[in-house]
Amino acid sequence: MNLATQGSLVDQVNRLLPQTQCGRCGFEGCRPYARAIVEGESINRCPPGGTDTIIHLANLMNERRQALDPGAGNYQLPTVAVIREAECIGCTLCIQACPLDAILGAAKLMHTVFEQECSGCDLCVEPCPVDCIDMVPVSKDSHLPWQAPGEIRSVYNPLDSMS
Amino acid sequence: MRLVNRLLGRRSDRAPYAIFGGIATDAYKTRSLRSRLMPVPIPEKLVLPLSQNLGVDAIAIVEAGDLVQKFQLLAEAGEPGSVALHAPTSGLVSSISNATVADEFGSQRLCIHLQSDGENRAIETVPEADYRALDHLQLLERIERAGICGLGGAGFPSAQKLSLGMKSGIDLLIINAVECEPFISADEALIRERGASVVVGAEILKSACLASNCIIVLQEDRADAIEALKKALENSSIELMTLAAGYPVGGEKQIIQAVTGMEVPSHAYPASIGVLVFNAGTAYAVYKAMVDGEPCVSRITTLTGAPLQTPKNFETLIGTSVSFLFDLCGIDTTRHTGTIVGGPLMGIQLPTLDVPVMKTSNCLIAMSAAEFPPDEPELACIRCGFCAEACPARLLPQQLYAFSRAHDHEQNLAHGLFDCIECGACAYVCPSHIPLVQYYRSSKAEIRAQQRRQLQSQHWQRQFQQHQYRIKKQQDEAPHQISGDAVGPLKDDEPDKKNRSREDGDKTEAVVFSRERAKREIAEAVARVRARKAGHIASSRTDAKSDG
Repeated sequence: MNLATQGSLVDQVNRLLPQTQCGRCGFEGCRPYARAIVEGESINRCPPGGTDTIIHLANLMNERRQALDPGAGNYQLPTVAVIREAECIGCTLCIQACPLDAILGAAKLMHTVFEQECSGCDLCVEPCPVDCIDMVPVSKDSHLPWQAPGEIRSVYNPLDSMS
Repeated sequence: MRLVNRLLGRRSDRAPYAIFGGIATDAYKTRSLRSRLMPVPIPEKLVLPLSQNLGVDAIAIVEAGDLVQKFQLLAEAGEPGSVALHAPTSGLVSSISNATVADEFGSQRLCIHLQSDGENRAIETVPEADYRALDHLQLLERIERAGICGLGGAGFPSAQKLSLGMKSGIDLLIINAVECEPFISADEALIRERGASVVVGAEILKSACLASNCIIVLQEDRADAIEALKKALENSSIELMTLAAGYPVGGEKQIIQAVTGMEVPSHAYPASIGVLVFNAGTAYAVYKAMVDGEPCVSRITTLTGAPLQTPKNFETLIGTSVSFLFDLCGIDTTRHTGTIVGGPLMGIQLPTLDVPVMKTSNCLIAMSAAEFPPDEPELACIRCGFCAEACPARLLPQQLYAFSRAHDHEQNLAHGLFDCIECGACAYVCPSHIPLVQYYRSSKAEIRAQQRRQLQSQHWQRQFQQHQYRIKKQQDEAPHQISGDAVGPLKDDEPDKKNRSREDGDKTEAVVFSRERAKREIAEAVARVRARKAGHIASSRTDAKSDG
């Protein structure tokens, strides 16, 4: 059975969201936004999901496809947070901001980010008092190894030879 | 009795079964078979990619500046998929750095650069006195140590394949010498001249996977190789089967179907139906590892194509550059338009000639405009259905093409995109010149990326739930404690209650106190860092000034 058809509608919507928990949609995480969508919120407020997510949501909710709401932010390629460890003062503020517990560290000790756990939500950047957190693009996702051929280069048109 | 045995036993004459689809192509093989199998002079420089096959790097155990001898271990197998790498000649490891390799994308990968000293000093090899005395696990261990992977093209590590087979039990071992792609003649040359060694290698593989039957399969139009093999098989329990020429009868799934009449299930290894397939070149590498004690440092590679003056089969060292081999054959650069590694149907076009031969490089084709005319423009699909007739996996290529164009991955999966073996028969027969395989490959890559993202987001969701649970629990436990030490580990549910409440009380005070202090400390630290930054900028400015 298809996973996407199981559970309540909120669960189904939630499964289509990227789960970065970044809150750029204006809600406290992906599931609250899923609930809001079910209650009538617009489906184009998820920048990390991009166009793909909007298409899937539109199909599920039987709504018209729309462009990403610029108020929520622009689509970016996936990123992860990286702490410049030499500058970290060990204040634990980023640890408290991280919704996924992806940062390891303790008071007055250097902090570091688990790359595998980080969703690139960028919530840790703002609280950092010394601005030592960079968001860097995820390398493996940035391009697909096999590109599709270009669009059809020329199509035979019988009308061409008649004129 | 297993199904394989029943099916094999049904026909006493061992006539092959029919396979689905396929195409007939010209062979273009005779030109590279005119000359004997030739050894290659040792090049000055060898480039040895740490990943010889599936993109999984072996772990280098030498460093830049080390002097190594022939057959010395350079890198050992690490994660599943990687194979051990040995020095093809003696010399100096000049560096371990990135270089372009002959993969689909012309990508840069970590390689060991070996500067040959021309002396070719070898470490002492230890031939097995009697490989028949070894049990299958010892054989397996020796095959793994010799760094042997499938030399037919895909390069799956042979020891891993054998141990996969042992788990499910093997009834039939197939030695694949079909080479159905045009131009490639490496296996044919090998069998023609060293057929007896291939048979010994096949016997070793047979005892390594405990198979009850072993069949060597060739195409019926290879008279020389068949004759040589018949002579070599006189006193052997191994049988010979010949298949009618056609493409892609040499594909793993197709050869199994031709020999046994069974299809390999979707998303399963051939071992799941009790069959293992090894390439004839792999059998020869196994022979060398056991009888001569030499690890896999060379392979038979076909050099062919109209721009080459003397096309031939070379026994090349792994790591030799393509341009070095082309120069040996005498290349007419005015007619040379490009280079393919592998066959013309499934091979990869190389972006540069400065790439090394790997364990999987069975053929290098110098292209000319006459044999490889430029791609015709892609036209619209006219739904002629030729592709569906040609598809050996019985898929519907034109449907898959439409779904790939529409990025409709669910439909692609439902129509069996991942059963496509990317043989290119559909694109070969397409009258509209649609590069179908390229569409399928890009769709497969997109689907894999999507599945990876899906798994990732499920993981993030679980992490987030755990995070919320932890925060909630902390708040419940200490209502007036504001997330002061949010980094503490999760507490177990029922430790001693009295103890904990007392501890909590102490902690709350300590936290309130430490929060004040923490604020002060943060402010101080910020000031320190700012000062340091400012100082740094100032000093770099003064440096710049003094430089200018």
